[in-house]
Order: sequence, then structure tokens, then C-alpha cells
Amino acid sequence: MTEFGKNPDREWLKQRIIGVSICIIFAFSVLFLRFTYLQIIKGEEFRLLSEKNAVRLTSIKAPRGLILDRDRKLLVDNRPSFNLKIMLEDAGNVKETVHKISQMIDIPFEELMKKISDAGQGAFYKPVTLQDDISRDHLAIVEAHKFDLPGVFIDIEPTRHYIYKKIASHLLGYLGEVNNDELLSGKYPNVKSGDSIGRYGVEKSFEPYLQGKRGGRQIEVDANGRTIKVLKTVEPITGLDLKLTIDLDLQQTAEKMLEDKHGAVVALDPNTGDVLVMASAPGFDQNDFVGGINSKKWKALMSDRGKPMTNKAIQGEYPPASTYKIITSIAALEEKEIDIHTTAFCPGFFRYGNRVYRCWNKNGHGNVSVIEAVTQSCDVFYYQAGDKVGVDTLAKYAMGCGLNKKTGVLLEDERKGLIPTSLWKKKRFNEAWHRGETLSIAIGQGYDLVTPMQMAVFIAAVGNGGTLYKPRIVSGIEGSQGNLIKEIPVEVTGKLPAGKKTLEIIQKGLLGVVENDRGTAKRIRLKHVKIAGKTGTAQVFSVKSGEKLKTEHLDFYLRDHAWFICYAPAENPVIAVSVLIEHGAHGSTAAAPIAGALIGQYINDPSAEGLEKNSSEDETQE
Amino acid sequence: MFDRRLIENFDWGFLIVIFSICCIGLVVLFSALTAGQEAGAVSSLFKKQMVWMGSGFIIMIVLTMVDYRELDKLQLFIYAFCAGLLVIVLIFGQISGGSRRWLAIGFLRIQPSELMKIALIISLASAYSTSVTQTGINFRKLIKPAVLSLIPFALIVDQPDLGTAMLLILIAGSITLFVKVERKVFFSLFITGLSAIPLLWFMLKDYQKDRILTFLNPDRDPLGSGYHIIQSKIAIGSGMLSGKGFLKGTQNALSFLPEQHTDFIVSVLAEEWGLMGISVLLILYFILLLWGLNIAYNCRNMFGSILAFGIIAMIFWQIFINTGMVMGLMPVVGVPLPLVSYGGSSVTTNMVGFGILLNISMRKFSSH
Repeated sequence: MTEFGKNPDREWLKQRIIGVSICIIFAFSVLFLRFTYLQIIKGEEFRLLSEKNAVRLTSIKAPRGLILDRDRKLLVDNRPSFNLKIMLEDAGNVKETVHKISQMIDIPFEELMKKISDAGQGAFYKPVTLQDDISRDHLAIVEAHKFDLPGVFIDIEPTRHYIYKKIASHLLGYLGEVNNDELLSGKYPNVKSGDSIGRYGVEKSFEPYLQGKRGGRQIEVDANGRTIKVLKTVEPITGLDLKLTIDLDLQQTAEKMLEDKHGAVVALDPNTGDVLVMASAPGFDQNDFVGGINSKKWKALMSDRGKPMTNKAIQGEYPPASTYKIITSIAALEEKEIDIHTTAFCPGFFRYGNRVYRCWNKNGHGNVSVIEAVTQSCDVFYYQAGDKVGVDTLAKYAMGCGLNKKTGVLLEDERKGLIPTSLWKKKRFNEAWHRGETLSIAIGQGYDLVTPMQMAVFIAAVGNGGTLYKPRIVSGIEGSQGNLIKEIPVEVTGKLPAGKKTLEIIQKGLLGVVENDRGTAKRIRLKHVKIAGKTGTAQVFSVKSGEKLKTEHLDFYLRDHAWFICYAPAENPVIAVSVLIEHGAHGSTAAAPIAGALIGQYINDPSAEGLEKNSSEDETQE
Repeated sequence: MFDRRLIENFDWGFLIVIFSICCIGLVVLFSALTAGQEAGAVSSLFKKQMVWMGSGFIIMIVLTMVDYRELDKLQLFIYAFCAGLLVIVLIFGQISGGSRRWLAIGFLRIQPSELMKIALIISLASAYSTSVTQTGINFRKLIKPAVLSLIPFALIVDQPDLGTAMLLILIAGSITLFVKVERKVFFSLFITGLSAIPLLWFMLKDYQKDRILTFLNPDRDPLGSGYHIIQSKIAIGSGMLSGKGFLKGTQNALSFLPEQHTDFIVSVLAEEWGLMGISVLLILYFILLLWGLNIAYNCRNMFGSILAFGIIAMIFWQIFINTGMVMGLMPVVGVPLPLVSYGGSSVTTNMVGFGILLNISMRKFSSH
């Protein structure tokens, strides 16, 4: 048809405009009728509702996910907490009501009034919490006098409950109230002010899964604020459960043996990297943190010299001492500086330049091969081997064994330890490396620092034929019906830089540590299970040569750290253990029995039962 | 040179209607702010709104001075400028309330999606003014307007600002229906529109889907918008015939209304001034819209007629969606009520629209 050109056809335009006008009239009629319906026909009803301010929102807290051990034993659950709250708008005479309450629950009137005034102006139409988690006795009294207490009500909310006191506290962690910065950060979209979030341990690193989602209710209330009817409910969504790899029984044994000691125990499944035990002592009671820890307890925890808030398994950095000799052996064998037949003569000391380096056994070990050197922990053999390999090559092997980097366990603030190189020293101190220092490094003293977790992963790899695993603490995330939502896969992080032959030599030496009569940990020998391991005694304070000080004469905090790392059964390991006892003096006496007891329990060898007690017996062996 | 006839033709009546709505808006805004904000914020927000309205009137008058037909020539430039701003806002925009809508230029904060509404209306008017026929637009001629509308739509959905994006499509659709499409085009558009819904659905992110589902059914979200609608209905209904009186609204005073000075402001009016107050506002809007249609009818220029209609459509949809929403007739979408809701971008955009309408009205007797 014809086009209009610039000017519209009047008749056409008129027809369009009339059409539009009809539409507008219709739409406005709809709006007007709707207003009339709400304001005239339903007006009376809405006026009443508005006067009572009768429709309110209440929020329902979502229960956090549970935490289970590897056999689905419950470690952390939720218990009901009875929170006493007041709705000021409904309270009538607030002072009178609060006065009554203060007598019923034995809390000073002023303290309660302060909570109300702290809640501020906007609180008038929102409930104010008078006291969280009141006791059952107080609850009964308040409930009985319900009708004398207008505006007062009990809000039942799920609260975190740690079933085993002080067990795996560093691993499980605790909760704390969310702060304003965190709320504003947008990282916690479902968290409201007053809610708790994970602050430590798996409670923190798995926060998004454990959290769940708040629900709520739209309720109609009467003039006293009591619910007349629930209009609508959105059910809260329970958080997801965590299935840990921890073995509760083994963990409990480890914690019991760490009692009154400072240190850490880690046990792994060498074929998956699953963490069976992660214990750090001294610990803390997570239940103290529920509902906010009081400042006195917090101060006590922070000022304790034993550092109870540090997870020593992943945050404690210690010289590896003689356990490091495994790495020096690997490096020397792989670099072909020594072979299985190479021997060194140990007269009890090693003269290097114009200095004398002592062996821990001042009588000397005589002629030792690498296998004997591991078994008897001969220092002189490793002074020579280390000197041949050199500091930087040694560091290369140490890093290949997983040191100087985090193991990647899913917990916050893991430390990576330190493996020195000549370049590192140049950067750090602007000094050249002395060859003599290499001798200290070769026996795990000097700048070397490792965590018990790193050593556990390493010794597990030695036992399993060379595979380094990422330690896994959670194996799966589950729904409340035990349905698997997300599996956390086993992860291989690398291979030991050691061939099959090298590993066989090392393994033989490690087996000798326990099974050979000259081994440094022969005292933990079990009847049915063969353990392969390595002791270590890390110097904290060096005693001047010639001065022989008895351990018990040294101040506790200057005593040596004791190490024991091992796996068992030697031929086909199912468990690897790393024990560090701070100021425990000797690896063989302080650390090895704990590992022996755990292995005995795990593989069911009753001959391990005596080990728990005789760890105090003094022996001068390394 | 300024034609004397232009001043004689100035549409004073239209200006008075706009001015009256602004006055009602300020009275209601004062109530809403008094209840919802601290004393200091009340006067500062109220003053800001006054400044925006004042500068809006100035912009409106300035806009009448240049012949609106110049817009036809500049349309591509205006459109490209606004689309460019939308792209910039996606990259550099300030995030507020989970979406990127604002662009900070010095002390000014502008919302490019608001400007885009006007730009799109101008461009569509320009495109259709040369392609209108008695029987309606055919497919080929629909391609350009469709592209013009979908570009800003996609950019605004991405912010995400579903309310404004939806408004844009409603405006474009209204203009298209106004200029008339061929019958077969109409039906096939209708059908492709319907079949595109599932496709679009899969392109949306989960939280966007969630919002739309809640838009469609507020009962899905009884703690959020469902609750807001109930409180809003109580506020409106409790106003009854004559209202509770100025500053006497209890729902308003208790801060039970969400966004009471922006999206839910009509509830405040209804509570304090009752059905009588509402009727006055609705009648004024009604007069405004019909007046605007009259301007479109009297314009002797196809571009001007469509342009005028586009602006009327923009005002209409805002009124209809906003009041429908607060009464529970519509999903909860953040669309402000023209000249009543608080907000600089909204006031300015609407004033620009009215300026264009006045401009067209003044030049109804001059033709090419």
C-alpha cells in the first residue's frame, strides 16, 4: 500500500489514538477498582490489622551440618538452645517485666536493661535477646510465669555441640559470631548479624557447606505479641554433613597419650593420604566458644606458653633432626655419591677443617653402611654423605620429598617450613654458604624446619613406594540422609625423587630402627606387626661441648624436641605416623611409644598395650 | 530566531498538570522520608529531590527551544552515545544492591539505562516514521527496530536490571503496535515471542530465574517480597476513604513498608490520604496521558506523533507497573512512580520526556 510520507493520515492517526485511549481508560479503571476494593471493601479489615501491627516476620535458624568420623560416629551435632527474648512493643511496662525476669534467671536488672538499650532505637519492633541459652531450670520458671511477662518469649534455636570434649579441637575448629566487616564483604550472603560462622578448623574451611539457609515465618500476633496463627512458613535448609577421614578411637588414644605434653601426632593412610589422626597438644574445649567465649578464658588461652590455639600438626615448624637423614640418604644414593656397600668409619666424631663434629654416640659406631647408618642414626656417616652431596642438591631432594611447601590440607594457615639453599642464605643474610653448615643440614639441624604433617606425608610415601598424597581430612559432603553430595577425591601431589632400589635400601634401614637390636627404637617392637621408622632429637638449646648436662637439669623450654616418624606393617603399610613431642628430649622415649601404641591399636596388636606407660624410662639412645 | 508563535502556543495546561503531580509527589515524599529516615537525612533527601525537580523543569524548558525535528537527525548519535554509556557501566559501573547500574562522573551519579529509554524512543520514532503504511509494518521493516531494541535490552539485562529491561521492551512493543504491523507479522511475532520464553529461561542464571519465579508468585518468597506486598496492602487498605491524615500513617511510620520513598511510595499516599488522595493522583495522571495523546494527534509530522506516543507509553507503563505492584496485581519490580518516587535519574528522564512533548505541542501548526 501507499506510504504516508512525512505527514500522517488524519483518519489513520485518529483511529490509532482512540485505540490507545481505550486501553488507557481500561487500565486506569482496573487500578481504580483495585484501590476501591482494598480501601473501601476490605478497608475496615486492613485498618484493624494496621492498628495491631499484627503481621510479623520471624526468622528460623538453620541447623548446621553434622561432622562425622570415618566410621560415621558423630563428632559434632546441634543441641537446642533456649534463648530468652523480649518484644518491647508488646511488653507494656518494660522495667517491671525486666525486673521480674531478672529475679527469675538470676541476672542483674541493670545488665538486662543494658542489653535493651544497646539494641538501639530500631529494636522496638524487633525482638531483643535478654539471655542466650538459659538453663532448663530457668526455662521452667519463665514458662510457668509466661502470662505475667507480656512480650517475653523463648526462642528455641539449634546451637553447636561438640560431643567429645577437647578431642580434635584444632581439626574441628569452632564458631564465632559474624562481624560487621564480614557481613559487608558479601562473602556470606545467607548470614545475618548475630549468626555464627566457622572461625577455625573444618568449621571454617567448609563453612559454605555446613552453613545451611535460614527460613522464616509470617505470623499474625495478638495485642500481647503472642502468635495467633502462622500465615506462611519457609522451612530452613539444614547444612550439609561432613564425613571426616579421622578415626575417632585412634584420635582419642593419641590425645590421651599427648595429655600433659606439648606436641602433635598425625597418622595417615599411606595409600590414600587420609588423615586418621590429627592431634595437637595442649588443646582447648570448643564448647567454650559456643555463644561467645568469655574474655578471661580467651586471655588464658592466648597467654599459655604451650600455645593451645596453634595446630602444631600443620603450624608447628621444627628442625627435622635425624628424621632428615632419610632424605640425605636418598640424595646421596640417587646422586651415586654412595651405594649400598659404601661404608664410613665412625670413631664418635668427625673432624672437618679445624672443627670437630660429634656423633650422638661418643663411643662411635665403627664401620657403618647406609643401612646401618639409618638404623643406628650415625651422624658421622651423614656428615660425610652430606658434604659429598652439597647443600643445594640436598635441598632439591628435600623439596622433591614435599618439604618447603604446604601439603595442601584443607585447613587455614598451614605453614611450609624451611629448607635452606645457598641462594636463600645469600638473600636472607647476605652471606655465603659455609660447607660446614651443610654438615648440620645433613643431620636435620641448622636452618631446616618442617611440620609434623609434612613428615607424615613424606614417611607415608617412603612406605607406599614413593607416592606423595595430599592429606585428606574430609572424604565426602553428605545430605542429611547420608546421601553423598560431593566427594572429595584422593589427590596425588607427586613422587619421591627416589628409584625403587634406593627406596628398598631406605626401607631396610628403617625396619632395622625397630627390628634390629642396635636400632634406636627397638623398644617399641611389637609381636605381630613390623614397624619401620626413624627417630629424631631436635636441639633447641646447644650444650657447650664437654659440658654434659642431664636432660632433667635443663629448663623445660630448653629441652630437645623428640621426633618419631614411621609406617606399618613394614611390608605393606596401612598406617603412617608422625609424632613430635616438644621438649620431649629423646625420639626413642618420648615420641616412638605413642606411634607404637597407635599402630598396635589400629592393626590390632595387643603387645602394644604396655607402650603407653613406659615412655618415662630414661635411655640415652638417640 | 525564536518564533513568537511558539510562545503563544506554549502548552501551559500541560505544564500545570506536571507541576501539580510534582507537588503531590513532594508532600508524599515528605511523609515517607519522615518515617523512614533520620531527621538529618529527611531534609537532605527532600532538598535533593527538590533540586532534581527544579533542574528538571529547567531542562524541560531548555528542550522546548530546539525544534524536536532536530532529534530525528541526531537520533543515531544519541542512541550510540547512550548504548556506549551502557557498555561503560557494565565495565566500570558502581555496584549497588547486587547490580551495576550507576556511573559516577565527578559528583554526578547517572543511570545510563534511564537515558536509554528516551534514546530508544527517539530512534524507534525515526525508524518507523519512514516505514509506516496503511496496512502495517512488514517483516523486513521490522528488523531495524528489533535490533535497536534488543541491544540495550541485552545490556540492561546483564547489569542485571530486569525492571528497566522489561520496561524497555514494553515501550518498544507499544510503539510497534501503535504504528500497526501487518496481521501475519503480528501473529508470528506473538508466536515467536511465546516460543522464545523457554529459550530465554535457559539463558538466565539461577538467581535471575529465582527472581522471576518470585515476581510471578510472591508467595514463593513470603519472607521477602511476599511480606512486602502484605504490608503494602495493609497500608493501602487501612487508608480507607479519607486516609489517616498527613504524617499519621502507622504502617509508614513503623517502617513496615520496604523502599517507602521509592518503589512503594504510593502505599504511603494511600494510607495517609485514602481513596480520595489516590483518586486525585490517578485523575492527574489520566489527564497527563490523554493530554499527551492529544499532542500526538495534533502533530502534523509522523516522527513527532510517534515520538509523543512513545513518551506517553513510557509514562503509562511506569504508572501501571508501579501501582499494580504495590497492590499485589503485579510482580515486585523496581519501577519508580513518575514524579512521585524519590530518585534523580527517574525525575530527570521523565522531565526530558515532558520537555519533548511540550516541544511537539508548541510546533503543532508548523509543518514541513
